[in-house]
Amino acid sequence: MERKLLTKDSYRSLITKLIGQNYQVVAPVKKDTMIDFLKISSFDEITEDYIVTVSSAKTVAFPRNEKLFDYEKQNKKLTQQDYDFDSIPQSVLIGVRPCDAFGFHSLSSIFCWDSIDKIYTTRLERTTIIGLSCNKSDDYCFCTSTKGSPGSTAGSDILLTKMTDGNYIVEIVTEKGAKLVADFSDLFTADGGVDKESLLAKVAANFNVDDVLAKINSKFEDEAFWTEQAMRCIGCGACAYVCPTCACFDIQDESHGGKGHRVRCWESCGLSLFTLHTSGHNPRENQGQRWRQRLMHKFSYMPDRLNTIGCVGCGRCSRACPVDMNIAEHCMSIIEN
Amino acid sequence: METQNIYLPYIMQIEKVSEDAPFVKTFRLKFINPEDAESFSFKTGQFGEYSVAGVGESTFCIASSPTRKGYIECTFRKAGRVTTALSDLEEGNTIGFRGPYGNVFPIDEWKGKNLLFIAGGIALPPMRSVIWNCLDLRENFKDITILYGAKSVADLVYKHELREWDERPDVKLVTTVDPGGETHDWTGEVGFVPTILDKMAPKAENTIAIVCGPPIMIKYTFPILEKCGFADEMVYTTLENRMKCGFGKCGRCNVGKTYVCKDGPVFSLKQLKQMPDEY
Amino acid sequence: MNNLQQKAQQLLESGNYGLIVGYEKGTSGKARPVFIRKAEHASKLIFDESCDQNIAVYLYRQEIKHDKKKVIVANHHTLKSIVELAAENQVFDGDFMVLAFAGNGDIIELNTFEEIEKHVATLYHGLTEAEAAMMKKIEDMSLEDRWAFWENEFSKCIKCYACRASCPMCYCPTCTVEINQPQWISVPSHTLGNLEWHVMRAMHLAGRCVTCGQCGKACPLELPIQLLTYKVALDSKQFFDSVAGTSICADNALAIFKPEDHENFIR
Ligand SMILES: Cc1cc2nc3c(=O)[nH]c(=O)nc-3n(C[C@H](O)[C@H](O)[C@H](O)COP(=O)(O)OP(=O)(O)OC[C@H]3O[C@@H](n4cnc5c(N)ncnc54)[C@H](O)[C@@H]3O)c2cc1C
Ligand code: SF4
Ligand code: SF4
Ligand code: SF4
Ligand code: SF4
Ligand code: FES
Repeated sequence: MERKLLTKDSYRSLITKLIGQNYQVVAPVKKDTMIDFLKISSFDEITEDYIVTVSSAKTVAFPRNEKLFDYEKQNKKLTQQDYDFDSIPQSVLIGVRPCDAFGFHSLSSIFCWDSIDKIYTTRLERTTIIGLSCNKSDDYCFCTSTKGSPGSTAGSDILLTKMTDGNYIVEIVTEKGAKLVADFSDLFTADGGVDKESLLAKVAANFNVDDVLAKINSKFEDEAFWTEQAMRCIGCGACAYVCPTCACFDIQDESHGGKGHRVRCWESCGLSLFTLHTSGHNPRENQGQRWRQRLMHKFSYMPDRLNTIGCVGCGRCSRACPVDMNIAEHCMSIIEN
Repeated sequence: METQNIYLPYIMQIEKVSEDAPFVKTFRLKFINPEDAESFSFKTGQFGEYSVAGVGESTFCIASSPTRKGYIECTFRKAGRVTTALSDLEEGNTIGFRGPYGNVFPIDEWKGKNLLFIAGGIALPPMRSVIWNCLDLRENFKDITILYGAKSVADLVYKHELREWDERPDVKLVTTVDPGGETHDWTGEVGFVPTILDKMAPKAENTIAIVCGPPIMIKYTFPILEKCGFADEMVYTTLENRMKCGFGKCGRCNVGKTYVCKDGPVFSLKQLKQMPDEY
Repeated sequence: MNNLQQKAQQLLESGNYGLIVGYEKGTSGKARPVFIRKAEHASKLIFDESCDQNIAVYLYRQEIKHDKKKVIVANHHTLKSIVELAAENQVFDGDFMVLAFAGNGDIIELNTFEEIEKHVATLYHGLTEAEAAMMKKIEDMSLEDRWAFWENEFSKCIKCYACRASCPMCYCPTCTVEINQPQWISVPSHTLGNLEWHVMRAMHLAGRCVTCGQCGKACPLELPIQLLTYKVALDSKQFFDSVAGTSICADNALAIFKPEDHENFIR
């Protein structure tokens, strides 16, 4: 993989120029008490003081609300205004951790399963992902158990690794990344050959996700196991909403007078009404069954049907969970039980 | 309609509304755009998302046969938000439709076989599409038997078509209503569908059974078919799980790893038995 | 083994109790709810400052609601919620035993609602200093600033409903946000829809919020959402002399009419 060097000053110039050229630049920003991905208008808004952001980078391609099209009703007639694909901006997403970057792979596998969700794919196509290797981790991180690593390039177009002098090692991963580097070639200099590995956080691999994959199908019928595993879970949407690979959504209409739009918005398999039929019948009527769906989807259905694992080990769900459902622990319980 | 947007519906005009039973209506829908009518095609068993702008979308199967071109029909029961809004519409109104989605009844594989249709209540619509499809290709099949039951005489849907089927010499129609649901002039059977089926004791040899109905009816019908000697792969049914997208993305219709919107809604009993109890 | 662990072990070994709902050590020094069914697991239990979470929601959880041999380890938030849930007939006398703590750390067994109510009377019911300061900061804002403050907060809400799910008083089987005929509150999480949802929730908690702050603690986006229900709680106290979580037979401000009630807000 081609490597270059980007000094911290050049990094500032790069971002400033991108903003100047009307790219939508999205970066981790400290907003009030937390750090999240937000659109920035100046380099100084960026922070690097985070393990991972609260929400995942998926919002760039799969925002929490997406207007699918507009409509108007007059008398008996309905007219529709199709989604304006031209309105999707060219974006640069920076500060994306390797786990998050890899999450796009899983997400894309869902949005491209047979029928292509062009809104999603166009958003992603128009986004250049500049990853940032992790130099620190916390108790929630487990990327190394799910085939990732703190310096993995998979999913990023360019991966930056911060060196002790504050400058960055640049790894050019994709053609899109190469194009961006070429467009601003004067900012990138020759690679100094610094050892990247030594700069990375050490994340212990406490389990191997393949063992979860191998075991989980045989656990489906074990109701008692899932009930016990999910006793703490109070059934909210937090874990799914912050997860880089969760794609579940609802479709809703919003209107004022005769005008309105149809919206695709996040939903979660943890919510009790998610699968409720109008008749009152609910195929997943208790939290154990809903928690099972969450884990089975990630570690059985997605691997089986989409050939990808539905978890990149970012630990976001566990950080966001109001009752500390730590997904890595649950994975280990599956292996052990 | 030139679009890359998989969520954008076709605009359809309600050409005809018929009230089939209390709270049950059938719409005949025509494409507003002639090119859409031209390019649209579907197969029997498939479904779509019907929408009222400002209210939302709702999942129904296409109740008409693909052999009847130029329109599609849907039959729905007024149950919740969208179906209530749909019920309030009249001929001439326009609604949204996107589809077709899902798999199909494998009628090509059924050539030369006897067909036994067993339906209960509002579940006749998915069946109606395949019944008409097979009747329109009548020479492809041997005996065709239809057993249809509802709570009461009033709840029987498609009454005029039931009459039509009854009058056809090449169809054997048996209608039944639940005990207590009969009127004084009722000439059909009285009893639950599984009971009547048991009485009919259909021959399993070279016969495909297609079963659609409320879960409780399905539950009691399968054992009787089994008793009559129907192999699991000769019995078909449809599943209804809550849906939003219809194309395998919104994540709520799956039964284990099977996505009802993509792998279904049509399943053989053999497939169903391999699926976990999550429907 | 500390006192609590010993106590739990005894209770489970006695056979009179089969389940202890309490706290254990979670990830990164956080405490989290735990369900102990075997005496040999009693050593998992902890009770310290980290055990700040209100865990009363579990008392009416489907899986254990009807289990009468359960014990709950209750901090003062949980205790107040139990009293309010008792007043609203959501939990029933004799369905569980409470292990609470005296000022000196001694374990107190509370077996009846009356005992719980008496114990709760000894607890402090006001806001913490930090909370009071936040409330004051917002109250002191101009109308425009206050609007801007909440608009900024509501813009962050992703409508994950973690606040609602962890609130013991949000027990409605179908929440108003889920009623779609008519659709009172828009489903997508935009600023306006979020505002509608949170104002609705705060009103529904009027005189019922025990000011435990659990909704705010649960929020992954760190919205200080508890301040809304606090405001309504403080107003309930000021105008209707109603303080949630203090009496097992209280009727909350919105559920009862008294001739002397203030009506000057009706215009
Ligand atoms: C493959 C398939 C075919 C169907 N065919 C028919 C048919 O031909 N005729 C008919 O009357 N009904 C049919 N149904 C059921 C029908 O979709 C629901 O009754 C209808 O969606 C209720 O919508 P509502 O907005 O009126 O109710 P609400 O309760 O207001 O609906 C809220 C939401 O829940 C969803 N929903 C609720 N129950 C169901 C359900 N059982 N299945 C799918 N989605 C649900 C809807 O998408 C809707 O967005 C079918 C369902 C499926 C999955
Ligand atoms: S399931 Fe949890 S740890 Fe896995 S990718 Fe999603 S948020 Fe991250
Ligand atoms: S089914 Fe659950 S785990 Fe899977 S994408 Fe949806 S919310 Fe996430
Ligand atoms: S695991 Fe946690 S975040 Fe997810 S639904 Fe359960 S309580 Fe909510
Ligand atoms: S927990 Fe926070 S983000 Fe979730 S619905 Fe409540 S206020 Fe909104
Ligand atoms: S209906 Fe959306 S995944 Fe099946």
